[in-house]
Amino acid sequence: MNSAEYDIVIIGAGPAGISAAILADQHKASALVLDENCAPGGQIYRAIEKNQNNDNEWLGQGYQDGLPLVETFRRSRVNYQHSAKVWHLSNTKMVHYSVNGKSHSVQGRQILIATGAQERPFPLPGWTLNGVMSAGAAQTLLKESGVVCEDAVFVGTGPLLYLIAHQYISAGIPIKAIIDTTPRSNYLRALRHSFGALKNTKSILQGWRWKREIIKSGTLYISNLGDVRINGPDSVTSVEYFQKGKWKNISCKHVFLHQGVVPEINTSLSVGCDKSWNEKQACWTIDVDQYGQSSIKGISIAGDASSIAGGVAAAQRGSIAALNMLYNLSLISSSDKEVLLKPFKKKLDKEMIARSFIDTLFKPHLRYRVPQDSETIVCRCEEVTLVQIQESIDLGCKGPSQLKSFTRCGMGPCQGRLCGLSVTEILSKELGTQEEQVGYYNIRPPIKPVTLAELASSDEP
Amino acid sequence: MFRSINSSQGALITIYFEGKALNVSKDCNVATALLEAGINNFRETTLNNASCGPYCMMGVCFDCLININGLDNQQSCTIQVSDGMKIKRQVINALGKDE
Repeated sequence: MNSAEYDIVIIGAGPAGISAAILADQHKASALVLDENCAPGGQIYRAIEKNQNNDNEWLGQGYQDGLPLVETFRRSRVNYQHSAKVWHLSNTKMVHYSVNGKSHSVQGRQILIATGAQERPFPLPGWTLNGVMSAGAAQTLLKESGVVCEDAVFVGTGPLLYLIAHQYISAGIPIKAIIDTTPRSNYLRALRHSFGALKNTKSILQGWRWKREIIKSGTLYISNLGDVRINGPDSVTSVEYFQKGKWKNISCKHVFLHQGVVPEINTSLSVGCDKSWNEKQACWTIDVDQYGQSSIKGISIAGDASSIAGGVAAAQRGSIAALNMLYNLSLISSSDKEVLLKPFKKKLDKEMIARSFIDTLFKPHLRYRVPQDSETIVCRCEEVTLVQIQESIDLGCKGPSQLKSFTRCGMGPCQGRLCGLSVTEILSKELGTQEEQVGYYNIRPPIKPVTLAELASSDEP
Repeated sequence: MFRSINSSQGALITIYFEGKALNVSKDCNVATALLEAGINNFRETTLNNASCGPYCMMGVCFDCLININGLDNQQSCTIQVSDGMKIKRQVINALGKDE
């Protein structure tokens, strides 16, 4: 049996993926969208269709704004495969994925990686304890099932932390405390970028309004602090933070952590796309040109999967990448491409204006990116601690891939997604070399755990 | 404690955790259903035998692995519940053998 063939295969159905799919369809390209979720929208517009039946205005306008996009996508002729786990993308543009334990392969003439972002690791002492989840998880629970957790402590920094706290407060859910780890010095640094921010006051004012409403609600709000640790022994019993020379304690059963989002790079790296260290965002970004074309011919990346710019920008980047792919497929002319690009480019430029301000303000302090306490677990899957990494360095370990042989760090089922960034930064700090030289894990297929039965069930000849 | 504040809950189905019947919304994933039922100890970690439950809820971290219908390592935040589903806490030691 020959595998199916499409003009464009899109991985991910967030704003970037569905915007690209809509344009591909309008210009008569055959397109397939493979999505890990059970409905389109990505993380930002997760479960948006389902939520129209519920009375839940607390999710906010920024969320509801995604509905027209998802509805247009649903009306298109694009083939949409939900609950699809992509486990291999080859440089010949063959995509291997499985649905319900059965494998399939599909050939794309052009590939768009639109796998979005994930939350940055937050390796605090006790972050693996039962009862600690990410703030993104709290948001997912709220959007997907309206599930909330009362009297939780939120720890971290970034727009998403304020957003979820604001959603909780709007829905009348008590929050025990918000421990804001935004470094005080960031405010001053961010001021230098405020010229850009002033040109896009909408998003800045919104963040400021959320924060003000959170404080006004009477929620305990703590800022200007040092180290944070979460106490157990098995499940969370309290959070402690260091402030004005002493440790202060808040007893709680649930903690939600967040310190920004970073690109999902495993898919792009596994196929060999070039990457660079982005000092401003303190993460790896995938190298793409102005159209989202990566270093591998025929493979483009749109949205947060290449570098973080948010959901509205992702939709524009998806459209721009689609137009370029349509040109590559000779479905539109070069001049058509440039004309059609303009409105998306204009909207994207507007979104990008405030980016420096946001990146600078919410860049997490190094003490929360590189653990301070030697017993802190860095690799959650293989339970590798900071001291084990330091011992490996003393024994001559020079990089992330070698570290795997020394400690199994990064070799568990998450494939380094929850430790990779910490490892790059720990090695950089300990070895005194730049992150760019330290590098990252070599990411190899399968990029998601897959059983032998799933592989054997492949419909490939 | 986790609870749902949605106005419409939809139809309920029965799933089993460690033999105990739980009535849950048919329109949610396994991890969410268990959290709502007050269960957050999904498995033992392979090295330290620490209790472990969902962390990211979006398919990235693999902390929510659990035994579903006799199969270990099921990513419970990405799997929808179904009527009669039998779920067990996952215990695998570092040698990969069930205890």
